[in-house]
Amino acid sequence: MFKWFGKVNFVPYTKVSDFAGYLKDGHLMGSRCKVCGSESFPPRADCSQCLSGNFEYTEYSGRAKLVSYTQIHAAPTGFEDVAPYTIGVVDLEENGRLLAWFGDTISDTEIRIGMELQVVPRIFEELQEIRVYYSLEKPGTTWSVAESGP
Amino acid sequence: MTRVGIIGIGHGQFGRRSDATVQELAFEAYREALQDGLVDPKDIDGSVIGSVPEYHKQRSLPGVVQEYLNLNPRPTWLTEVACASGSAAIRTGWMAIRSGAHRLMAVIGCQKMTELTTPEILALMGRVGEVQWESIFGTTFPAYYALFAKSHMHEYGTTREQLLQVAVKNHYYGSKNPNALFQKEITLEKALASEPVSDPFQVYDCCANADGAACVILASEDVAKKSSKPVVWLDGMGCATSSMSVLRRPDLLGLPSAVKASQDAYEMAGVRAEDIKVAEVHDCFTIAEIMAYEDLGFCRKGKGGQFIEDKQSYIGGLIPVNVDGGLKSKGHPIGATGVSMTVEIVKQLREEAGERQVANAGIGLTHNVGGIGQYCFVQVLKRD
Repeated sequence: MFKWFGKVNFVPYTKVSDFAGYLKDGHLMGSRCKVCGSESFPPRADCSQCLSGNFEYTEYSGRAKLVSYTQIHAAPTGFEDVAPYTIGVVDLEENGRLLAWFGDTISDTEIRIGMELQVVPRIFEELQEIRVYYSLEKPGTTWSVAESGP
Repeated sequence: MTRVGIIGIGHGQFGRRSDATVQELAFEAYREALQDGLVDPKDIDGSVIGSVPEYHKQRSLPGVVQEYLNLNPRPTWLTEVACASGSAAIRTGWMAIRSGAHRLMAVIGCQKMTELTTPEILALMGRVGEVQWESIFGTTFPAYYALFAKSHMHEYGTTREQLLQVAVKNHYYGSKNPNALFQKEITLEKALASEPVSDPFQVYDCCANADGAACVILASEDVAKKSSKPVVWLDGMGCATSSMSVLRRPDLLGLPSAVKASQDAYEMAGVRAEDIKVAEVHDCFTIAEIMAYEDLGFCRKGKGGQFIEDKQSYIGGLIPVNVDGGLKSKGHPIGATGVSMTVEIVKQLREEAGERQVANAGIGLTHNVGGIGQYCFVQVLKRD
């Protein structure tokens, strides 16, 4: 089901495939090693600290802070139709980072490094097949409210 | 263990080379290197090819290059670490000679990029980011460096003008390099008026895709000492990595791999940053050169913008950087770039660089980055 993740998905098969299913249901999940407790976002099946392959999912709040961002004008193959689009890298409140598009609740002129953001699970509603992703929104935005598209 | 010397250098024309195949480009550089070093091709005991295979229709590139160079049955192999593939080739040649397995090797960086369209190249290069968690949002190579630029500007007050002053300098020196893709000076005003690519970058912040090749002939100490040319020695060889994913970096202000690789190279060569008289650094984007000043210790962290503004990286400044035009002006045939850097430093150390010659350049440095710093190779080169 990891093939659901992303407008263009490059790696449909992974040991953390269930991540995309959780995201479809509105949950942002990282991983926790069942042996040493080490947590990771993005999730990973194999612990970088103790090498164990025994992990469980743990839910992240999606509360985040902006590290950096850029508006992409020259888009790669598969993304020309959504350009220009703005991506941001955020520090997640619990630990780890993610990279995502900014959603509709934030205009380009409002974007500032260090601003508080909410990561919101989303579904591409204009596409027939299931396609899930997440976007960066104003704090307090919930997943069911978010519209589709970058 | 033997010292490894460079006894021959060759450099082809960089640019859109619709006139030649990749092995024909490799041949140009190889022939020039043999002629430069007065090396008999029969004495070459192997080759290393630095290139990124995804850009070529030809699969398994070393085979076709080795045949065209008429080097069969001697061994060859490919090194690939994105834009640092050329320096990886030099490193493995250096390792092969140090180990005693080889004595005289041809190292060739070669790349034909323009068989693909720009969006195809953007897509390929964007996938030098982590494809599982990042590329799905349409990341591009300029976008990754733009994230670093934004962060650097925010943290240290680096300005838009300081970034573009790197491009102005590199075009100025590129105008003096007959092998460069762009041999034309630019103004800050022209750069500021160019098309947006990935905020804050505009076209003039970015190096151009190009075709091209460069070659160095590496020799063991005993072979090198019989050379008719002044020998330039690979005395400091640093090489390090950082996380593939930008999400697992400590910050977006520099490249940890470049810091580590340069520290190791300085230590091996017994030099300090201030001993470097001329440097070639990986200016794939303007911010990359500014971060290189800092990562290599040419200036303090955060002062890279001021370093270019004060013209400290021009000839006559503290450490002249990219006085052959850099990637920005030469073009960036990704597999050839690292070897091209070494060729330029050899020219400088031999005092053969013509109107872009740096005075008293006895010690030089190359800094070749793969991807967004996933790989970094630093060489310290010395002339006897």
